[in-house]
Amino acid sequence: MKKIKISTTINSKKYYLDINPNVTLLDLLRDELGLTGTKRGCEIGECGACTVLINGEAVNSCLVLAPQIDGKELLTVEGLMAEGKLHPLQQSFMDHDAVQCGFCTPGMLMSSKALLDENPNPAEEEIRTAISGNLCRCTGYVQIVEAIGKVNK
Amino acid sequence: MSTQNQHKIIGKSECRVDAWGKVTGRAKFAEDYNVGHQLWGKVLRAKHPHAKILKIDTSKAEKVAGVEAVLTAKDIPGSKVFGIVVSNQAILAEDKVRYLGDGVALIAAKTEEIADEALSLIEVEYEPLLVVTDPEEAMNPETIKIHGDDNTFVHHKVRKGDVDKGFAEANFILEKKFKTQFVEHSYIEPEAVLAEPAEQGGVRVTGSVQNLFSTRRSTAAALNLPLNKVQIIQATLGGSFGGKDEAMTSMCIRAALLCLKTCKPVKMVNTREESMLESYKRHPYTLYYKWGVKNDGTITAMEIRIIADGGAYASMSPFVTWRSVVQATGPYYCDNVKTDIYAVYTNNNYTGAMRGFGSPQVNFAIESMMDILAEKVGKDPLEIRLQNGFERGAITATGQNLEHNVSLKEVLQKATAEINFQEKWKKYRSEPNTQKKRGIGLACSYRGVSLGAEGTDAVGTIISVQTDGSVIVSSGITDMGQGAQTQMSQIAAEVLGISMDRIQFLNTNTSRVPDSGPTVASRGTIMGGSAAKKAAEIVQATLLTTASEMTGLDVQSLELKDNYLIDIESGQRLASFNELAAECFKKGRPTYGFGWHKSPKTSWDEDHGQGEAYFTWVYGANIAEVEVDTETGKVDVLNFVSCHDVGKAINRGAVLGQIYGGVAMGLGYGLLEEFEIENGIPKQLNFDEYSLPTSMDVPKIKAIVVENEDALGPFGAKSIGEPANELAAPAIINAIYNATGKRIYELPANLERVLLGHKLVRPKERGSVLKEKDIQAAMHRAVYELLPDGTFYAEIPGLQGVYANAKSLEECREQLQEVLEKEVA
Ligand code: FES
Ligand code: FES
Repeated sequence: MKKIKISTTINSKKYYLDINPNVTLLDLLRDELGLTGTKRGCEIGECGACTVLINGEAVNSCLVLAPQIDGKELLTVEGLMAEGKLHPLQQSFMDHDAVQCGFCTPGMLMSSKALLDENPNPAEEEIRTAISGNLCRCTGYVQIVEAIGKVNK
Repeated sequence: MSTQNQHKIIGKSECRVDAWGKVTGRAKFAEDYNVGHQLWGKVLRAKHPHAKILKIDTSKAEKVAGVEAVLTAKDIPGSKVFGIVVSNQAILAEDKVRYLGDGVALIAAKTEEIADEALSLIEVEYEPLLVVTDPEEAMNPETIKIHGDDNTFVHHKVRKGDVDKGFAEANFILEKKFKTQFVEHSYIEPEAVLAEPAEQGGVRVTGSVQNLFSTRRSTAAALNLPLNKVQIIQATLGGSFGGKDEAMTSMCIRAALLCLKTCKPVKMVNTREESMLESYKRHPYTLYYKWGVKNDGTITAMEIRIIADGGAYASMSPFVTWRSVVQATGPYYCDNVKTDIYAVYTNNNYTGAMRGFGSPQVNFAIESMMDILAEKVGKDPLEIRLQNGFERGAITATGQNLEHNVSLKEVLQKATAEINFQEKWKKYRSEPNTQKKRGIGLACSYRGVSLGAEGTDAVGTIISVQTDGSVIVSSGITDMGQGAQTQMSQIAAEVLGISMDRIQFLNTNTSRVPDSGPTVASRGTIMGGSAAKKAAEIVQATLLTTASEMTGLDVQSLELKDNYLIDIESGQRLASFNELAAECFKKGRPTYGFGWHKSPKTSWDEDHGQGEAYFTWVYGANIAEVEVDTETGKVDVLNFVSCHDVGKAINRGAVLGQIYGGVAMGLGYGLLEEFEIENGIPKQLNFDEYSLPTSMDVPKIKAIVVENEDALGPFGAKSIGEPANELAAPAIINAIYNATGKRIYELPANLERVLLGHKLVRPKERGSVLKEKDIQAAMHRAVYELLPDGTFYAEIPGLQGVYANAKSLEECREQLQEVLEKEVA
């Protein structure tokens, strides 16, 4: 297959890439760029473990073809920390026991970041809606919802 | 020594040792491991759920460029089967396939695409056999056999008193049948491993493995290698819930076979579809409960018969069903008990360990029965449980004297008080019928802690203080997300008087810690924690002896606290922990402790089903408040109370997390989840079809943690992982009854069951029975039941989906015959 050239910004770093047009964003991140923080759980857009932000919007990277990110700005879990400091969301997840096995955590963090960027003080129902596409089998969501709700409190 | 109130670290919500890695994306799960020149391993799976293999031709696949190995069963150098209790699970099927998840051949290739292409070129010739999907049909001597000459491979029993006498003493008999479903563990991380050739021969496998030591044993046996040449390393586990045991063992063995064949690293990753197709599930049970009861609500006899669908392989069925047989009567007094449980082979997915381990099924039946009983004798659900529930000194069905603090009534009282249970229960049941109806339901249980008399129960934990005062801990207990590493670290930190940030926990590696058995049965805290405490005490003793020499003070007058050596009397800091560690090193003293904890004695007499089954027990009570839409059958859980005696919460936040997560999983069990298999073919292979509870389904949950410290646990701690998961379904089912007056006998209570009382869709094609037996014979086996609403229900055991419901018995019989005739046609 003929490769195509794209340029994109991931976690504030500029990338110029030669890619197979049929590769998914999830595969590109994990297999080619070594950004394995984004997780693969179902590959059909159901579990949310692969959630990343494209221009600030939360999307399932397993459903996006890599060429679609040409010229766009991406954020993955690896980019949440800034200058060696945890993002308040990360800190809040740690403080409120919102992490168990941690496999859903990167996706949860990205979905909730998108929410908080839009709506810094969401109501519980808004939080639950924002993460309803992120499956977690461990926590029952309670402490995750708490952690998100308390970030800006 | 510190007393309970002075604990610095125990009982606090200390941050998990693994949390930082998990929120930053640094945590490495199995699929995140990659090395240069790794090959991709892939499995060719069965085409039929039950078939003889006549011929496997791999020649075309071998010729594909980029393929480095193609293996079948004949290439396995050692044992071709594995299994913890019964060794009959095929690593690769040789003579026949027994379910659709069976592997038939393996490929290692340069890329995943090449491996997939090569797979499609392997030609397998099959001779299909009759497919056995119904466990009761499987027990029939005429049914085709899946292994050996009997499909029934487990029969456990419990015998106490004389049930005939008990039934004779009863005023009336309650007899009910219950059914539960296959449940998928649904860990969000699919299975993955990376196998690498080891430098001194053998293999090193890093993977999402729950029970490393049994996986190592089976891998070594298959490869014909000694245990020291097979190293299994645990990657950070993305959930397991009992599910990453045999499913991972087979993947580890397969990757190791390819790795040794090619002398190259081999990576294997399951897609979600492969994972659901191959992995084992929670056992579906058919439960027949018969109780003899007095008018005052006393239970005079319990006769219980349970059939568990074991699927294609034995797996953990012998142990899972053993827990069920021990706990089948619930925590209720009854002098006359006769319980029999059978596990049988079918061509369904095999079934094994899943959080709860044989308790969710029996709790559903017991707690439904308890509410049925309450209704019959005109009591409320709390009264009837308080009347019949165990207290300290109770003798269980297996003859065990419960000498510890039996807190069943305490958890019942606390849970019900929290939500005003009795008042709401009375109110809801007398409310007129409207479209939306509320209801509230109660369920409670007792549960044996750790493995019990089902296995050797011992754990090793290692603590090593470095010369700069930092600490490394490792253990044979694995962390799957439940927080075992954090609990063990807290115990070590408490004993050593240091802060948690000094501790680094290593993921388990079978070559570096002793075989500690499986991390199952909620034994992580009580067993791993006890071993951690012993290890820390060894190091503590060395530190204090050295400190005594350093200061000239008595060991008794010194303590380690807040990262310092303290003179107890004056409270003065004499040296920092770091200085003390350095001093030990200077003096040539080992600041290394190996703690080994073996559980207290348990006993079991298999012939009579009597014994001290578990060394201690935990107690819990759950309450669900629901709203049922009587027009659609939709059930919303509005509120939930979950009260558990955990002995001692080592980490409060983690205990709450276990409770919340357990309730959510129990809610899925009660309302949503069902892995359906039709004629051996699974109907759900991904999360679009298999629905898990989302953040919108899980209600507000009030967790109540009761702490009656147990002398046999570290700092009094017992367990919570499984208890938290085993009561939500019956609480919800009882709440639905309270709302609608309709009792659900089959899980899950999805729309059809709540609305119609049965499942809407029927399996289309029968496997073996109908083609073989005539209608009359089948009609002879029909059983009829008078339902509470006065209508008759009939079904034929062993024929799923053949049932009828009519006003009179005769009508019901006719209808049943019609349904049956249609089936045959
Ligand atoms: S992997 Fe993308 S949604 Fe599950
Ligand atoms: S923490 Fe395990 S899936 Fe969410």
